[in-house]
Amino acid sequence: MSELIIENVWKEYGDQIVLENVSLTIASRAFVALVGPSGCGKTTFLRMLLGQERPTKGTILLDGQPIPTEPGRDRGVVFQRYSVFPHLTVLGNVLLGKEFSNARYKAKLLGATRRNAVEEALQLIGEVGLSGAEQKYPAQLSGGMQQRLALAQALIMKPKVLLLDEPFGALDPGIRVEIHTLMKRLWHETQMTVVMVTHDIREAFTLASRVVAFERRRDRPEEKQRYGATITKDISIWPPRLAGVPSNFSPDRDGPIDSLGYRRDDPALSGE
Amino acid sequence: MRWINTRPGRGAQLTLLLLPFVLLIAAYSAGSVARLAENPSDKLLPNLAGFADAINRMAFLPDPRTGEYLLWSDTVASLIRLFAGLGISTVMALVLGMAIGMLPYLRALLSPFVAVISMVPPLAVLPILFIVMGLGDASKIALIVIGVAPTMVRDLALKALELPREQIIKAETLGGSSWQIALRVVLPQILPRLITCLRLQLSPAWLFLIAAEAISSDSGLGYRIFLVRRYLSMDIIFPYVVWITLLAVVTNYILDRVRIAVFPWSELEKQA
Ligand SMILES: Nc1ncnc2c1ncn2[C@@H]1O[C@H](COP(=O)(O)OP(=O)(O)OP(=O)(O)O)[C@@H](O)[C@H]1O
Ligand SMILES: [Mg+2]
Repeated sequence: MSELIIENVWKEYGDQIVLENVSLTIASRAFVALVGPSGCGKTTFLRMLLGQERPTKGTILLDGQPIPTEPGRDRGVVFQRYSVFPHLTVLGNVLLGKEFSNARYKAKLLGATRRNAVEEALQLIGEVGLSGAEQKYPAQLSGGMQQRLALAQALIMKPKVLLLDEPFGALDPGIRVEIHTLMKRLWHETQMTVVMVTHDIREAFTLASRVVAFERRRDRPEEKQRYGATITKDISIWPPRLAGVPSNFSPDRDGPIDSLGYRRDDPALSGE
Repeated sequence: MRWINTRPGRGAQLTLLLLPFVLLIAAYSAGSVARLAENPSDKLLPNLAGFADAINRMAFLPDPRTGEYLLWSDTVASLIRLFAGLGISTVMALVLGMAIGMLPYLRALLSPFVAVISMVPPLAVLPILFIVMGLGDASKIALIVIGVAPTMVRDLALKALELPREQIIKAETLGGSSWQIALRVVLPQILPRLITCLRLQLSPAWLFLIAAEAISSDSGLGYRIFLVRRYLSMDIIFPYVVWITLLAVVTNYILDRVRIAVFPWSELEKQA
């Protein structure tokens, strides 16, 4: 279970009201896409879910408990940039979470625990399509590969909630289609609730089970400071998309997968 | 083609690299020949034979008074002081720099203090050091530490602060504690910077060492130069200066190689 309840949340920075009176209940295993104009507070909202920022007013509950006030292992995250560690290889990046949880002081694993962790990491690396690139550093990967690595790195923690802030915004369309397929599969196969910020409406409707729009109700320049954004639209995809339930009724708006062919951004798989 | 786009080939590059050195030596030789033609016993610009003789005396013949090979015993004495000073500074920079960069409380406590300390002119403190610590090695090492450590601490603290916030947040979502994040995320990423920082501090460190040796010592490269200055022994001073420069250049080069060998990703990041 991983239900998120956001109740009457306000966020102000000094005099500026960024979000006002946001209430939203996100069901366990939902895939919510947040859309809205630039600067309306989507990232701010995600940061509050992450625990990086606190609401000025209101409460956020995860499974009935107030959300911890700092980021933790129950909430995974992928940012648009800087989500992976440049000094670790692909394998090292994915292993890191395991090493943190199993070796309190050294944060390094040895022997059998390490072998098991490596096995798990390798499987995850395979699932996101990075097999063959295990020993590469992020600087040697394309943008799409880096984002898939960031996904694998977050997923090894089996978070309750996965938060994505424009994770695929910087990728070119061909690569994006491919990573969408991956994202969908991961959502179906894991137990997590996903909240994704995106600028791409099409991406929102392709992936999400529910699309939530943030907007300022009053947006005249003199009102900008005093009125924040709030939820103006809340659309559930119909027929409903449910995690783990294949649906013939929700055609993939990205079009057929087969056409991808050699558009992959992953030189490792094609043997390089 | 624009000047900014014209590049030398391999041969041209080597020629250009050597050119300033060759010019320097040529200018010196011309001056030396001119002066010696006027007065064969001139001491200011000795010729090659004069240098060879002096080097032979200093490096390969035992000193009649002490039985030591002076160049080598001076080098050892100086290098011990230099590396002790740099070593202590490095450890301080690592510990304090990381702590200031990562922990807001320590930052509030130490950051302004270190900033003020780094403005104290080290040579002005030298008399105090001599009075408090005596004329031995301790005061010379202390001078190097006072001279270079504050800058290194500030530099590393800045570097630790500069790490993208996203990386630290990501590490937190992977379950890392402050200690684990310091050990596995921050430390490895600032170590390459530490090496670069050390390279940049080599010449101030030499400056402080030679200053301290010049004022009070009974051995060391700086001591020797200032000792023979009384006899206008340019034939010894010049080779000593060249030797000190060579030591610094080689240390600098080795440190950079070490960085690339131990932190291959830091070189990749530079190119990326
Ligand atoms: N730390 C902060 N201090 C002050 N103001 C902030 C801070 N963070 C965000 N803001 C303000 O809050 C507003 C919302 O910012 P936010 O980054 O959440 O927008 P966004 O919806 O994510 O925009 P984009 O789509 O461009 O990423 C902006 O007006 C920004 O100036
Ligand atoms: Mg944003």
